[in-house]
Amino acid sequence: MGSSTTAATAGATPARQRPSAARIGPAAWLRANLFGSWASSAATLVLLYLILRAGWSFIDWAVIRAIWQVPAGAHGPDTTICRQAQGIGACWAVVGEKYRFILFGFYPYAEQWRPALVVALFIALFIVSGVRRFWRRELALLWIATLVAIGVLMWGGVLGLSYVPQNQWGGLPITLILATFGLALAFPLAVAVALGRRATSLPAVRLLCVIYVELIRGVPLITLLFMASVMFPLFLPQGVDIDKLLRAQVAFILFAAAYLAEVVRGGLQALPKGQSEAADALGLSYWQKTRLIILPQALRLVIPPLVNTFIGFFKDTSLVLIIGIFDLMKSGTVAIAEPAWQGLSSEIYILLAVIYFAFCFSMSKYSRNLERTFGRARNR
Amino acid sequence: MSAAAGDPRLAGARRAPRRRMRLSWSDPKLRTIVWQVVILGVLAAIVCYLAANTSRNLSARHIATGFGFLAQPASIPIGETLLSWTPSVDTYGRAMLIGVLNTLKVAVVGVVLATIWGTLIGIGRLSGNWLIARLTAIYVETLRDVPVLLQLLFWYTLLNALPGPRQAFHPLPGVFLSNRGIKIPLLEWQPSHIWVLLAAVVGVVLTLLWRARAARRQAMSGTRPAVWPIGLLLIAVFPVAVWAALGAPFALDVPALRGFNFRGGGTITPEYAALTLGLVVYTASYIAEIVRSGIQAVPHGQWEAAAALGLHRGFVLRHVVLPQALRVIVPPMTSQYLNLIKNSSLAIAIGYQDIVSITGTMLNQTGQSIESIALVMVVYLVFSLSISAFMNWYNAHIALVER
Repeated sequence: MGSSTTAATAGATPARQRPSAARIGPAAWLRANLFGSWASSAATLVLLYLILRAGWSFIDWAVIRAIWQVPAGAHGPDTTICRQAQGIGACWAVVGEKYRFILFGFYPYAEQWRPALVVALFIALFIVSGVRRFWRRELALLWIATLVAIGVLMWGGVLGLSYVPQNQWGGLPITLILATFGLALAFPLAVAVALGRRATSLPAVRLLCVIYVELIRGVPLITLLFMASVMFPLFLPQGVDIDKLLRAQVAFILFAAAYLAEVVRGGLQALPKGQSEAADALGLSYWQKTRLIILPQALRLVIPPLVNTFIGFFKDTSLVLIIGIFDLMKSGTVAIAEPAWQGLSSEIYILLAVIYFAFCFSMSKYSRNLERTFGRARNR
Repeated sequence: MSAAAGDPRLAGARRAPRRRMRLSWSDPKLRTIVWQVVILGVLAAIVCYLAANTSRNLSARHIATGFGFLAQPASIPIGETLLSWTPSVDTYGRAMLIGVLNTLKVAVVGVVLATIWGTLIGIGRLSGNWLIARLTAIYVETLRDVPVLLQLLFWYTLLNALPGPRQAFHPLPGVFLSNRGIKIPLLEWQPSHIWVLLAAVVGVVLTLLWRARAARRQAMSGTRPAVWPIGLLLIAVFPVAVWAALGAPFALDVPALRGFNFRGGGTITPEYAALTLGLVVYTASYIAEIVRSGIQAVPHGQWEAAAALGLHRGFVLRHVVLPQALRVIVPPMTSQYLNLIKNSSLAIAIGYQDIVSITGTMLNQTGQSIESIALVMVVYLVFSLSISAFMNWYNAHIALVER
């Protein structure tokens, strides 16, 4: 949610470095950076002590006294040793036992190579879309092809794949589907809303866009998800039933579009007015002007804040847990609700945090690189 | 257009004739009107269709519309209330009010703590000490990339894993940390305390007056009379003196272990503590970045110029750098405050009864989903709009006044 600010902060210049009078070498570095003054030295010593203590107790818990495997009992794995070690050592056996469930939920066990392939496809799609050499029209076709392939793999029913109903999907694919489809569909809507908000000649459309954006941004995502789970069914004609995942997806698209629209509007505002006037002078129509002159430049300006917004939405998909959709977070919490593994939540939370962190951190690293490249072009 | 009318270069140009609207598709004015009518018409049709569906569905399920249900007694058990609450006697309306107050309790404390903690982290990132700078950078990078919901669940589990009341941690006299929450001693309110409070208020007012007078003196004579000794005297010493004069009435309500639980004292529940802690720790990582970029946005020359004038560091920070940094900091800070309030709705995941959680229960009991969700949205919109209004006012207050 809070990604608009990262855009502002990320553009800051790096801290100035003063030339150091001291000689170079590790001792001089230590003196300059860790023991500059008595206050600095005291802070260094206190922090070092705390880091060593906390680090040691973490290693002690996570590695030295950790339990990596549990013996098989009569009814599934025997977790007594984990229970005894609770609070003293981590029980990583739970990860070994449950990782398939956490990643893929109730998807038929024999068919789980399909969601695994879906996850790989998603990651490949993200990587390909991140390479600037591939930023051309054909990329849209690639997206459509990949998303269709993902649908085929998940549902099956064709090409000799067995049919898997949607209520058996779960885990990481659901998180990725919610985030990717949500953003892919929210983006065109966001561009339309941002353009509508700037359409001075259409006051009614403009008002509608303002109300939509401000209303959605003023309420938490949770209320929209509640709306999707309890109110949408009331809106539909009798006998028509849309499944829960799709309803949540719609709510998510509406939510994301409002935030993305504000980012896009920022780009439209940053574009000099001369561009639009020059296009008018060439006799281009509104749509020609928008498609060929305005949007290519405006969107390019806002790519880094857009990526930051994407990171926010990726994290926000975890909220669907509250309306009972089986995403990564939900499968994680369900895994530890089982009596045998109860109380081992820290281990699972660490696993979930690592997965989310891997996705978000690589996105934010990428956005920073992009900003630096763009900045270089601009500051030449 | 109006600017062009006054342009002398256009004086000789022939003015375009005022046209009436033509009934032709090539007339842009007509086109915009037609488009708007079409768009609004389509939208109105969709809304009517959905409304018709909804009323049919509601009547099929025998759900009455309207807000009458708010006056009915509610049987929601509420653990944590600022107002008195009796289930099955008090109404749904009062339950919602309690929810709003619970949300505000998290929001106000959260915003204040997140600002302080975030500012400390942000300044830490600019520290000359390599260790502090690295640690704060790791803090920011890690916490920003993990969903806040996961962090809340983690804190909640951690607080619930504390030992029971009998083995409670006892870090300070009268303070107990256990899985029942944090127990703290409370000051017992006595009627004469009102005079002490009054004295403190008077002290603050007098200090402000003295400060204004000091500023006037400085504008006239160039020397500024010291403010802080008078302020200390008025704000701290004066109320204490009043308290002592009244015979120093003082009593603490200290929690004590009785049987299997604590008696007396105040309680911070694990739910509230986890929610506030989680939101503060998470939001602070964003605030830290805002503060850091705000301070870095002030050119280094400002520090140097002020130092060249012989001003000392604290003065420079307060009167030269901070006013300029705040202009960069305030707008993104507003959206972080709003995010914190909106994220407080995740309380429902850890069982803290905020407005969303209470309304969720209400919705299940009454089936009035449309009204309930609309009410929650209105509550959050009011929060958002009032914070935006306040921060916009503050922003205008500190903005650069240009000639």
